[in-house]
Amino acid sequence: MTAILDFLAAIGRGVGLACRVAGQLAVFALSGLSHLLRPPFYGRMFLRSLVEIGYFSLPVVALTAVFTGMVLALQSYTGFARFSAEGAIASIVVLSVTRELGPVLAGLMVAGRVGAAMAAEIGTMRVTDQIDALTTLSTNPMKYLVAPRLLAGIVALPLLVLIADILGVMGGYIIGTFKLGFNGATYLRNTLDFVQTQDVVSGLAKAAVFGFLITLLGCFQGYNSRGGAQGVGAATTAAVVAASILILGFDYVLTEAFFAR
Amino acid sequence: MRAEPALTALQERLAEAGAVPKIRIRGLKKRFGDKVVLDGIDLDVMPGTSLVVIGGSGSGKSVLLKCILGLITPDAGSIAIDGHDVLHLRRRERETVRARIGMLFQNGALFDSLPVWQNVSFGLLAQHKIDRKRARATADDFLRQVGLDPSVGDLSPAELSGGMQKRVALARAIAAQPDIMFFDEPTTGLDPIMGAVIDDLIVDCVKRLGSTAVAITHDIASARRIGDRAAMLHKGHIIWDGPASALMNSGNPMVDQFTHGSRNGPIQMELRR
Ligand SMILES: Nc1ncnc2c1ncn2[C@@H]1O[C@H](COP(=O)(O)OP(=O)(O)O)[C@@H](O)[C@H]1O
Ligand SMILES: [Mg+2]
Repeated sequence: MTAILDFLAAIGRGVGLACRVAGQLAVFALSGLSHLLRPPFYGRMFLRSLVEIGYFSLPVVALTAVFTGMVLALQSYTGFARFSAEGAIASIVVLSVTRELGPVLAGLMVAGRVGAAMAAEIGTMRVTDQIDALTTLSTNPMKYLVAPRLLAGIVALPLLVLIADILGVMGGYIIGTFKLGFNGATYLRNTLDFVQTQDVVSGLAKAAVFGFLITLLGCFQGYNSRGGAQGVGAATTAAVVAASILILGFDYVLTEAFFAR
Repeated sequence: MRAEPALTALQERLAEAGAVPKIRIRGLKKRFGDKVVLDGIDLDVMPGTSLVVIGGSGSGKSVLLKCILGLITPDAGSIAIDGHDVLHLRRRERETVRARIGMLFQNGALFDSLPVWQNVSFGLLAQHKIDRKRARATADDFLRQVGLDPSVGDLSPAELSGGMQKRVALARAIAAQPDIMFFDEPTTGLDPIMGAVIDDLIVDCVKRLGSTAVAITHDIASARRIGDRAAMLHKGHIIWDGPASALMNSGNPMVDQFTHGSRNGPIQMELRR
């Protein structure tokens, strides 16, 4: 009997904690966003984060996209060759990449790179009193540290995903023409015929949401980290894990919202 | 146990003459979880004087300063600056109060993503006291005031020695010419000579600005150099306060044990919690 009660109590505590953290996260997010509307604005901090998230993530995101496109082409060929539906490959690659794999994979890669770095940087600032120092120097840390990063995430991820979309299609093209022996021009025509604006736009909208989630979790975990180097390490891990899970969860919700009829 | 009669009398005379304490703390309490850190602190700091707060590690000295700065919200009690309660201010007013307080953090808390000169001019730029073009020249000026060569301005804080970091942090704290200054363990981790140099700089800056100062230290020599008055924090209470010159012969057994650094006495080190 007591074992069951203990078990239920443990579940209750877990749920309570999850709700509290979700509430704190929501308050943190709203506070961060509201600072984007009120001056002073820290353009430099925004540009710095934009370069950090957008430019320096390009290599990883580009490689991921090219290989994903190549694998997609190869895999769908094994499935479709039997039905001699080679034209379908171009459409499978472009739809998968723009709607789904571009934003999700780019989001996960950037979560690992940028989310971790942000949590570590802000966490270190927290445990070394730099965040308190900002406050004593007439600077609101939410405005100075968090708001510009959130905005940079929202702006940078769609740009990255746009590039990832193009490179993903190119990956499919490379495999299609050089390995599977399709006609290159036909492949590209098939691609352009199949893809619709909505596919690309929905992917970019997802990317903007993912960019927000990544930077939000990085900032939130860093901002609330405690207890020296170990605390910062824990915050870093938590930022990446939470951002990745949220990306996958929101991906489902957004797909449902965009395409469910 | 309490303050020297003569000084209490002096304080009373000042109070009669209408002198309001620069900082007045009453019944300040703060706990983290079930750990009580501050348990009813009463403290007055008169304008233009320096108070040093001594006390063991973890006795809540930094928490006390952070409460006054508004970085930590106390559970109970009141804090007044110039006679105005600062705990229940709206954000704008609180920022105005904060802008008048300069703080030297325990480990410097320099922004390691910015070069030294931007650290020094940070508060001035944030308060729009100078524009960007003048920032570098102004920073160089303050670096000179703390005895550093302006060429240091281009380095990153991580490239500096501990003593230099403390000086830069001091330059950053005094740059906005605050009328209240807090120093959290300014000499901890420095060699005795550098410690004395930093102490002199602090006394110098405080004098020049005519500020009211509160300094935290473990170091009795440093306490006597910086402070006019001293107070000892132990187990969440101010257990003694008096003139800093009386630290070595306070007559209080706990203060005596602390200043003489002996293991035996009324203070039992809590080696486990
Ligand atoms: N933000 C915080 N959360 C939880 N505990 C804290 C926090 N800040 C300080 N403490 C605890 O309060 C006590 C006093 O800390 P502090 O004021 O830094 O001591 P010191 O007198 O050495 O400056 C310590 O036990 C510390 O663990
Ligand atoms: Mg301390």
